[in-house]
Amino acid sequence: MLLADDLTYEHPPGPGQQTPGGVRHVSMEIPRGGIVGILGPNGSGKTTLLRLMAGLIKPASGRVLLNGRPLASRSRREVAREIAVVPQETRLAFDFTVLEVVLMGRFPHLGAFQLEGDEDARLARQALDETGTAHLAGRMFPTLSGGEKQRVIIAAALAQAAPVMLLDEPTASLDPGSQIEIGALLRRLNGRRQVTLAVATHDLNFAASLCTGLVLLRQGRVAAAGPTSEVLTREHIRGVYGVDADVSFNERAGHLTVVPLAQVGAS
Amino acid sequence: MPMRRRLAFTVLTFGALAGAACLLAPLIGSTPLSLRRVFDGSVPFADNPDAQIFFVARLPRTLAAALVGSSLAAAGVVFQALLRNPLATPFTLGVSAGAALGAMLAIIFPVGLAFAGVSSVPIASFAGALGAVAIVYALATVRRQGLSTTVLLLAGITLNAFFSSVILFIQYLADFSQTFRTVRWLMGDLDVGSYTPILAALPFMLVAFAAFAVLPRALNLLTLGADAAAARGVDVLRTQRLSFFSASLATGAAVSLGGPVGFIGIIVPHLVRLLVGSDHRIVLPAATLFGAAFLIACDTASRTVMAPMELPVGILTALIGGPFFLWLLLRRR
Repeated sequence: MLLADDLTYEHPPGPGQQTPGGVRHVSMEIPRGGIVGILGPNGSGKTTLLRLMAGLIKPASGRVLLNGRPLASRSRREVAREIAVVPQETRLAFDFTVLEVVLMGRFPHLGAFQLEGDEDARLARQALDETGTAHLAGRMFPTLSGGEKQRVIIAAALAQAAPVMLLDEPTASLDPGSQIEIGALLRRLNGRRQVTLAVATHDLNFAASLCTGLVLLRQGRVAAAGPTSEVLTREHIRGVYGVDADVSFNERAGHLTVVPLAQVGAS
Repeated sequence: MPMRRRLAFTVLTFGALAGAACLLAPLIGSTPLSLRRVFDGSVPFADNPDAQIFFVARLPRTLAAALVGSSLAAAGVVFQALLRNPLATPFTLGVSAGAALGAMLAIIFPVGLAFAGVSSVPIASFAGALGAVAIVYALATVRRQGLSTTVLLLAGITLNAFFSSVILFIQYLADFSQTFRTVRWLMGDLDVGSYTPILAALPFMLVAFAAFAVLPRALNLLTLGADAAAARGVDVLRTQRLSFFSASLATGAAVSLGGPVGFIGIIVPHLVRLLVGSDHRIVLPAATLFGAAFLIACDTASRTVMAPMELPVGILTALIGGPFFLWLLLRRR
């Protein structure tokens, strides 16, 4: 459905990095209805790859294909009707209510001077219901907790009614309860709404619990890609993160779990 | 309340306030006027002193206050959204400092720029404003494609400081009467004398407001951040450019008409947000109308509280604005 074809995009080294950031010759596919995890250490290019796939930045070379058509040939609004993005953290410059924030997701569906109508209000309500945030509708967004904010932003992405949703570290600053909640919510959206998901994350267990496929990035290149069970191995974790880890199937969780044991230096 | 009704309600309420201010302010002064006699159609204009004072002596000043107030308030809203910073003002990016430098030069080196009945000071200050806008924009776009709001902010603040010191330098060299005129200009003066300067500034303001009309929804989304706005379909660069140039144009035109009247561009947007929320589709028209009413009220107060002496309006707005600004700073989370 969403296909990255030999993408290269470099930017100067970030703070504390020696090598330039970005991605080099990365190809990957997010199949329709799939949940793909994008993993890799800090500075390995996860966020850059997500931004490229969302069309927020233009690759130096390579292209992104959405249903076989290059993303670059479409307008921002057209792309926004197909791909929604949930950033790691959302901070508002001004106080908007939760409902107002969710209604902002309707932007690509409205004309320049068109006001939100009944249909937009209905979709916003539905998105609030599905993310369990309906009771927050009248609250000011900045007063919410981290987990609530993340669910509201996912609701806004749902109101955008895009078949693809890209999430950048959706659980990065959340407590375990909120992490589980977000994971369950994403599974639900994928199951009921058939939303195709790509999730960049540091949390290997979160990825293992959620994703059908993984892409492992190392210094801007694909180190491994494939079904979760094939990618999430002790060897790959050692090679990419420089960490010796215990990888085993947890019966109660129903998925692979990763316990980092010691740092060994990446090969 | 549905959006359409909220919008209509806001425009009607704030519009009535601005309209009432425009009608009532000219009645107040050394010669009190009666609204009935002013609009008494049975008396010819030539024999109606009330109408003459109203339309010839006082209305231009009121209209100038209205236009300067709405332009600065609306520009404040747009700059705050563009820079994603509630403490931004129309003067943050150096537009007013450029205008002030232009005005200083015109006062101290009179070379007769006067054109079509507009004296050289407003023309020079408008040119100075445009110059500052060009410098700030060039600096903010020089490093890479796109408009960095951080660089924009830094460039504006630096330019403000630089121009201010050039202004001080010029004032130091100038003779006493010229320095007094420049200081007086910096305090703001809405006594424009006739309709001509208003008509000269109006076209620029209208262009700016035409841009303001298409911006509000994109400005709402910019509140979420540039990437989040782009991901929802906003053409971020186009919105930023349009915001920057239109708000700068409104500011430049307002300052060349009435001088750098401070604090309107921050008090009014925040007061309006407290009343109507943050949706720019409501805030922008409300701030425009409320800005007009607010500056008319301040100007009326400034010419009456110490009558027959007149207090420069910029002093009054700063006296109200300073404490307000602090309050705003302290109540922020």
